[in-house]
Amino acid sequence: MNATSPKSPLSPPPAAPRPRVADRPDDADTSAPPKISVRGLDFFYGKQQALFGNDLDIAERRVTAVIGPSGCGKSTHLRVYNRIYQLYRDQRAQGEVLLDGENLLSPTTDLIELRRKVGMIFQKPTPFPMSVYENVAYGLKLHYRLSKGELAEAVERALRSAALWGEVKDALDRPGTALSGGQQQRLCIARAIAVRPEVLLMDEPTSAIDPVATAKIEDLIEELKREFTIVIVTHNMQQAARISDYTVFFFEGRIVEFGATRQIFTKPVHRQTEDYITGRFG
Amino acid sequence: MTTRHAHAAEPDRRRPRPWGDPLFRGLTAAAAVLFLALAAAILLELVNGSTLSLAKFGPSFLWSSAWNPVTGDFGALSSIAGTLITTAIAMALAVPMSLVIALFLVELAPPAVSKPVGAAIELLAAVPSIIYGMWGLFVFVPFMSDHVQPFLSAHLGFLPLFKGPPMGIGLLTAGIILALMILPFITSVMRDVLRMVPPVVKEAGYGMGSTVWEVARKVTVRYGVRGMVGACLLGLGRAVGETMAVTFVIGNNHRVGTSLFDAGNSIASALANEFAEAADPLYLSALVELGLVLFLMTFAIQGLTHVWIRHLERSAGRGL
Amino acid sequence: MRRRPARGRKLADLAVRAAASLAALLGISALVLILFEVARRGLPALDPAFFTALPGPPGVAGGGLANAILGTLALTFAATLVGVPLGMLAGVYLSEFGRDTRLGAAVRFCVNVLMGLPSIIVGLFVWTVLVVPFRGFSGHAGAVALALIMLPVVARTTEDMLSLVPHALREGALAVGTPRWRATLIAFRAARGGLITGVLLAVARVSGETAPLLFTALNSPFWPRSMSEPVSNLTVTIFQYAMSPYADWQAKAWGASLLIMAAVLTTSLLARTFARERVR
Repeated sequence: MNATSPKSPLSPPPAAPRPRVADRPDDADTSAPPKISVRGLDFFYGKQQALFGNDLDIAERRVTAVIGPSGCGKSTHLRVYNRIYQLYRDQRAQGEVLLDGENLLSPTTDLIELRRKVGMIFQKPTPFPMSVYENVAYGLKLHYRLSKGELAEAVERALRSAALWGEVKDALDRPGTALSGGQQQRLCIARAIAVRPEVLLMDEPTSAIDPVATAKIEDLIEELKREFTIVIVTHNMQQAARISDYTVFFFEGRIVEFGATRQIFTKPVHRQTEDYITGRFG
Repeated sequence: MTTRHAHAAEPDRRRPRPWGDPLFRGLTAAAAVLFLALAAAILLELVNGSTLSLAKFGPSFLWSSAWNPVTGDFGALSSIAGTLITTAIAMALAVPMSLVIALFLVELAPPAVSKPVGAAIELLAAVPSIIYGMWGLFVFVPFMSDHVQPFLSAHLGFLPLFKGPPMGIGLLTAGIILALMILPFITSVMRDVLRMVPPVVKEAGYGMGSTVWEVARKVTVRYGVRGMVGACLLGLGRAVGETMAVTFVIGNNHRVGTSLFDAGNSIASALANEFAEAADPLYLSALVELGLVLFLMTFAIQGLTHVWIRHLERSAGRGL
Repeated sequence: MRRRPARGRKLADLAVRAAASLAALLGISALVLILFEVARRGLPALDPAFFTALPGPPGVAGGGLANAILGTLALTFAATLVGVPLGMLAGVYLSEFGRDTRLGAAVRFCVNVLMGLPSIIVGLFVWTVLVVPFRGFSGHAGAVALALIMLPVVARTTEDMLSLVPHALREGALAVGTPRWRATLIAFRAARGGLITGVLLAVARVSGETAPLLFTALNSPFWPRSMSEPVSNLTVTIFQYAMSPYADWQAKAWGASLLIMAAVLTTSLLARTFARERVR
């Protein structure tokens, strides 16, 4: 599949009642099977239910934005895809999440391989306490058997793909934590894509970063979707409108509306969606 | 209430005691200066008390193995060696052990286990060292002479380190008791350090497909390395100067041997055992000089800690 | 790129987790064993006479350690009386006046040095300044030695706890014309829980100290009558009795160990409850 969607200029949106939407296909591309299919997903924090019967299809090599007011369950939903929630004893997911047709919630799923295939970027940049080079090499060393030269090549490739190479190529030995916030986040992206995942989960990746760095990361996402399936949680309507092909609207743990971004932002079916994207609540 | 302006215009009416604050400040400053005076006085008194010995033996005191109160010939070698050996044994056992226990408590154990056990370990860190000495002398020494030392002799006896009669007491026993004593202390500091690692950084580690051990070793431990080295240096400071846990079991012998089964002495144990009985001025002076050596050793450890923390702060930048 | 099989990694993980759990279990049970052993051997010695009678002559069963219990209480109390106020004053200086001053930095350095000072060195120091010139071991010297151990601990805790109190609280008080010392008292009230915790921990620590008493307060088989003569105390008694060849003395040493351990642990527990109050 060779997705070459037309690029949109990244001008800041005017103070319009409704965010400007990139020029994208109006309806879902139904020819390809979905990369991820969610069926009847429930989620619990202890006894408290946070997600209710979520059904969703994530298209391959597209950007799917997850929006909704805070506390609506969008991050929770995302954290099921790589089962990172499982670090916490009282969190539990029920239902089916199929990655290429295989239920990743099955107890036999190999979490190591799942998390190699499904990478994650967090709200706050999370460079490890090691050098820039070692940060990117971290996952490569875990999952691949590479010679020194191959490793260096792979690190460079990842840093180039993350549009960070030019800025850090002379500072590979410096601690990753010494980079600026935006650079740290791109370092984390480089680290995630270095292991050649298929899906990238981004949990509000620009909420802790300044506008210029945000623009860089949005550009990067546009590039990355040629290779990766991207699911991005964002509280920023304009961002969702600018970078995503599909948008999911969450409200109180339920998926209210799902469709092509253009449709969601121009002709939302549900009243709640319309109210939210026009800023009437949330 | 007066306003600031009115107050400035007629200063003394509403504030009849303008000397309150200077007095307060002076009092606290005096107490603070007391610390400077104390530190200086301790160093001065130790040097002062060891003049006889310093004059007679000079620097050779440090490497002379003599210790003869009858002929008046003294050297610190056996005490310094004993201090270093027991401390090394204690650190070699206690540091990995406490790292493992701290990792277990923070990363592996369910909260129902880690909470009470963590609290218990913090409490254990407060148990006075004389308790460890008692336990060491009456419970652990027989165990060493009946089981551990014969076992070591049988299997590693070809090494000079493990030769000699299994008396139970000696450097090895003292080192192990010392390890047990500093174990809860280092563990509780390390546990605090590990708990400070932000969960999101660990999540990022797991998110890359790491195992628990990989996250612990490559992310958590590196994140907390500064605090953990600090914990070790604190433990080291305690071990070097510890008296009671060592004195009970080390054997109090000034001979310099090659075996860890040998009875020996540490600076602190020599002081505890001999000081109250020493009457001869030169003997006393030699003991005070031992104290001076110990003081300088702990001082060096503190300096090291200080430099280490500074170094890490500078090289790692923020976030560490 | 050539994949690295995850099998070895998973095995290593499993092995390390099992080993860590085992090691943790081992370490923790060794420590618990010590406590248990002290309790087992100490309990039989704690008869009523232990708390009420003077020690008997060596080798003769019976008698108690009432004098040592009283002496330890007296020494700890006297040390607290000296160490806590002085330590707190210095802590106040460090947090309120000496934050960025040279003197503050120097004092802070000395506090650290004194905190890391082996307690036997403290004993040695007090011997040179209080025992030698006054020609004799005394309770005063013992109390001063213990106070010197408390001082840096209390100063450090006070500084730490006061710096946790938000600046706005003090500034608010100063802005309405409160004198500095009164504003500090307000900060003290806010930091109360943490301060009590720190003091209790310091008290617990010195009440179990032996080394600084060895050549200051020494020990005595009599009732403590005056602080200007040697004062009996539990820890030095443990040392002497444990090293003696008499079974009855050794039993008493176990009893005294249990008593000291229980007292220290109770005080620490108490301190923890105050610490928790502070969090709330």
